[in-house]
Amino acid sequence: MIRFDSVSKSYPKQNRPALRDVSLEIERGEFVFLVGSSGSGKSTFLRLILREERTSHGQVHVLGKDLARLSNWKVPHMRRQLGTVFQDFRLLGNKNVGENVAFALEVIGKSRAQIRKTVPEVLDLVGLGGKEGRMPGELSGGEQQRVAIARAFANRPMLLIADEPTGNLDPQTSVGIMKLLDRINRTGTTVVMATHDQQIVDQMRKRVVELEMGRLVRDQSRGVYGYQH
Amino acid sequence: MRAQFVLSEIGVGLRRNLTMTFAVIVSVALSLALAGGSLLAREQVSTMKGFWYDKVQVSIYLCNKNDAASDPNCAKGAVTEQQKQEIKTDLGKLDVVDKVYYESSDAAYKHYKEQFKDSPLADSLTPDQMQESYRVKLKDPTKYQVLQTAFSGRQGVQEVQDQRSLLENLFNLLNGMNIAALCVMALMLVVALLLIVNTVRVSAFSRRRETGIMRLVGASSFYIQMPFILEAAIAGLIGAGFACVLLVGGKYFLINNWLQEKIVLINFIGWDAVVRVLPFIIAVGVLMPAIAAFFTLRKYLKV
Repeated sequence: MIRFDSVSKSYPKQNRPALRDVSLEIERGEFVFLVGSSGSGKSTFLRLILREERTSHGQVHVLGKDLARLSNWKVPHMRRQLGTVFQDFRLLGNKNVGENVAFALEVIGKSRAQIRKTVPEVLDLVGLGGKEGRMPGELSGGEQQRVAIARAFANRPMLLIADEPTGNLDPQTSVGIMKLLDRINRTGTTVVMATHDQQIVDQMRKRVVELEMGRLVRDQSRGVYGYQH
Repeated sequence: MRAQFVLSEIGVGLRRNLTMTFAVIVSVALSLALAGGSLLAREQVSTMKGFWYDKVQVSIYLCNKNDAASDPNCAKGAVTEQQKQEIKTDLGKLDVVDKVYYESSDAAYKHYKEQFKDSPLADSLTPDQMQESYRVKLKDPTKYQVLQTAFSGRQGVQEVQDQRSLLENLFNLLNGMNIAALCVMALMLVVALLLIVNTVRVSAFSRRRETGIMRLVGASSFYIQMPFILEAAIAGLIGAGFACVLLVGGKYFLINNWLQEKIVLINFIGWDAVVRVLPFIIAVGVLMPAIAAFFTLRKYLKV
């Protein structure tokens, strides 16, 4: 599903590389937590998967494709097989819940009939059935994140990338979101989630990958957030 | 791709940037009206050239007996019959010459009387004061030099005059005005382009949330850029429409209802010339903003 082969990434005007010689493989259907302090390279790791950035050295394979060899105009097609969720939800404030999900399908050219069928289905799945007409501003943080997840999942992606999806939510709401992500994972979608939330990582007991100063320092199959001292 | 969705996005974009859109429309309209105007002015000059050059001739004025005292070219006295014959045969030998008319002093007197019949000066003239002349029509009016070298300074010839040189001044003036109009047009076009670039930038910035989400869910860059490009093209099209209205209005009010009545002598451009220019205006009005938008977006909307 995802393979990093001795990947390094440096940004111009920064003397320390964001990632240094990272090699790693994530299989289909896995649930992986990506942990590490701020500036450890988590975001760069995710941006490389989304091909918002290119590697400086090494290769990234996503869904069997070498991203370095993927031409620019094929990138959108690659991204359609990926779902993304962010800490700040990134919903369109001037569109209602249903339209927000529909927007993602419209811009990739789905037919109207398909959209009409998919939107209620996927909103049901995230537990927002019947709230299509609400505006994002009227929803709680947790509900907004559910809309974002619905949008990311609407196209049934093989891989879901989540960048601190619970970062703005209280612990109880976070648990709900994690249950949802777990359920999505059980449908066969690979989930890669960057997080700072120790409680969640410790509870879920999934694979944990830790980055520190751009290096891969830990890869445990049923890990916890940090080493217990 | 769904047309309705794209159209609604365009509507939102145009309304959000109403003042900028308005500025784009006005500057495109003015610059294109100037462009069309100068194209038509050029057309006008060339119709006038064709019209006049067809009528103008080179005149070879022959000496009459009164000139002998006043003009050094005629120091040897009036032209003789033999000299006239020689000039005529030599004219016939030249390739550039199309037709030769002979105007006697009586005929010249008559023409003069006709032209200045109200002037008291005409009464003081007598036929023998007028000059005989050969009126030469050239196959190519620009080949005047050939006649000039062949006949000026010849015995019995007072002067070789190219009537075209009289008109040349007028055409030079018109051409100068045309060039000035083109310069203003070029400036306006640059202003319009900068405005378009700026409008697209602002538009892209104000919709960065939407475009960011579009990118994430895998919309093609064509799909993302399309609304912006169409927005620019539509603003340009409206501007071009105004430019067309200005041109048609100019032709109708300025030429048909005013100049044509005041100046009967000039053959003005017809509607066909105006209609020929309009598609060009529309095409430039649509393509220029679209292309400008496309290149602006390449910089501001990365994949």
